[in-house]
Amino acid sequence: MDAFKTVTSCAVPFNRANVDTDMIIPGEYLKWLSRTGLGVGAFKALRFLEDGTTPNPESEFNDPRYRGAQILLCGDNFGCGSSREHAAWGIKDLGFKVLIAPSFADIFYSNCFKNGLVTVTLPEDQVQMLMEDVKDGAQISVDLEAQTVQRPNQDLLHFEYEPFKRHALLNGLDEIGITMQKGAALDSFEAKQRSNQPWLYGPA
Amino acid sequence: MPKTMYEKIWDAHVVDQGDGETQLVYIDRHIIHEVTTPQAFEGLNMAGRKVRRPDAVIAVPDHNVPTTDRDKPIEDPQSREQVALLKKNCAEHGIEHIDMNDIRQGIVHVIGPEQGITQPGMTLVCGDSHTATHGAFGALAFGIGTSEVEHCLATQTLQLKKSKTMKVEVVGAPAPWLTAKDIALSIICTIGTAGGTGYVIEYCGPAIEALSMEGRMTLCNMSIEAGARAGLVAPDDKTFAYLQGRPRAPQGMDWNKAIAFWSTLKSDPDAVYDTVVKIPIDDVSPLVTWGTSPEDVVPIDGFVPRPEDFDSPNKQEAARKSLDYMGLKGGMKVSDIRIDRAFIGSCTNSRIEDMRAAAAVVQGHHVAEHVIQALVVPGSGLVKAQAEREGLDKIFTEAGFEWREPGCSMCLAMNADKVGPKERCASTSNRNFVGRQGPDARTHLMSPAMAAAAAISGYLADVRVLQKKAA
Ligand code: SF4
Repeated sequence: MDAFKTVTSCAVPFNRANVDTDMIIPGEYLKWLSRTGLGVGAFKALRFLEDGTTPNPESEFNDPRYRGAQILLCGDNFGCGSSREHAAWGIKDLGFKVLIAPSFADIFYSNCFKNGLVTVTLPEDQVQMLMEDVKDGAQISVDLEAQTVQRPNQDLLHFEYEPFKRHALLNGLDEIGITMQKGAALDSFEAKQRSNQPWLYGPA
Repeated sequence: MPKTMYEKIWDAHVVDQGDGETQLVYIDRHIIHEVTTPQAFEGLNMAGRKVRRPDAVIAVPDHNVPTTDRDKPIEDPQSREQVALLKKNCAEHGIEHIDMNDIRQGIVHVIGPEQGITQPGMTLVCGDSHTATHGAFGALAFGIGTSEVEHCLATQTLQLKKSKTMKVEVVGAPAPWLTAKDIALSIICTIGTAGGTGYVIEYCGPAIEALSMEGRMTLCNMSIEAGARAGLVAPDDKTFAYLQGRPRAPQGMDWNKAIAFWSTLKSDPDAVYDTVVKIPIDDVSPLVTWGTSPEDVVPIDGFVPRPEDFDSPNKQEAARKSLDYMGLKGGMKVSDIRIDRAFIGSCTNSRIEDMRAAAAVVQGHHVAEHVIQALVVPGSGLVKAQAEREGLDKIFTEAGFEWREPGCSMCLAMNADKVGPKERCASTSNRNFVGRQGPDARTHLMSPAMAAAAAISGYLADVRVLQKKAA
């Protein structure tokens, strides 16, 4: 995972509540065998017309004002539905590094973290304010270290972020590696559980 | 201090407190399938990591598998590759794999309980959001993403933040026809699809205790549609009776020890929850969904809402979009909605009791002429065999239903079973999202009895009326 510091870019104002993971990436892309290249399927029904190949000119994602955006502004309960990590992979593959929403669905939130995508939670009115701010392609800045979003008028909005996740993102740490350092605690947990509930363990 | 069931299970599985907020939690069982694991195994292999406890993992293909012609190779090359890759990865890492043609094969959330893999007090995960299903046994069970699958394979743990607790108390006396699906839809309609975000829900009340294990699974299954990562029901004698003698359940001396332990799991009487919600079910009619979110619920004897019926402009706009996608007019009678297909199956409603409930409605009737396809897909090979022993397959096929091999099938349309563009399906699955059952497909969620009634009448239909006519 790459270390994350700050991102400054224009943002796509995707103002829609309850965007589900089927909308983020349709089921057909779940046959994929790798983590990369899923941008082709991301928001497919929105980004393309019914033929599936002609870009939809009405879509925020195709608006030239937001070209190259690395920040996605989202509605409430973003990423609800299934556990498919393909949703996070698809969004990442489109070039986004930060998502800002009033709330994220639990599994999607953790999937984003695992892929170095920063999910910023701000109150609904502040997200709406940012949606207005970025309408003409103005840039905003997200600083994970300082836990702030800077508006085009330089105002700073503060956000909370879980310390463990923040530390891992800022340092680009491999989570499995972190856990493996707890090998001794893990061994002793298993030894104890095995003696209390032997039926949970198969033949050694 | 008194504890909730969730807190008891959580506390018993903390390996390391971490920074206090994110804790390292031990996972007892891990069920895997072909769709959310290829990248996890790829990650392990690239880092040269091993599976820590192959004995705690079990694999089965379900999402992609065809529901016909199981003796032939899978036609779709991508599906074939995914299914073959799961088998290969399991062989390489010493994980038990239930083959597509094994009678035990089925949907992950059907076979876990069926094999006795799911047990009270466990932590159980699967790369699938409907893992909440297993909470019916008093197991802390939740869906995870692929990176978490990889983490869990490598370490048998997950780095997790503790959830808040929500008690959902179902109050009132249920009518005899009221199903677990109606209760689930009623809860989602009340708290909304984000109502449970950040929470683990514990379901309780006499109506929940009265549910069969199958019913409790249906209910817990849809916790995720209410936004909650997990749902729980306290284990009781029904739970123990269901598990006794199952292949993976504790045997002999262990069985008594396990029961003694399982009996300590229920929430303490004065345990405190972060939120308590009461759901009255006295006057609930059979429920169906009208829109593209599981919270878009209406009674079968009601009317499709109009955008103006919603208070905020955002919701009005969402309703307009939903109505448009669904091809419906606000204000029309729900029972005037004409269907093209019916699907009885999915991890929500494909167990033996669901098959029986649907067959009871179907018996002596025929699928309406204009209905293109009525599909029954049992949740596992063992459910299928049991239904066939009871003659249910005959009831279905004589009525014009197709009786298929087990799998996820038309729930998410990853195999050949799809709802065509602009076609309308009465479905017992759990998601009515845009495009879920196929591009531009329209889904109405309901119980198995209601889907059977819809297939027969060709319209969304009140199963109570149909049953009265038959009597
Ligand atoms: S039946 Fe549907 S919801 Fe259940 S596991 Fe399969 S695809 Fe997911």
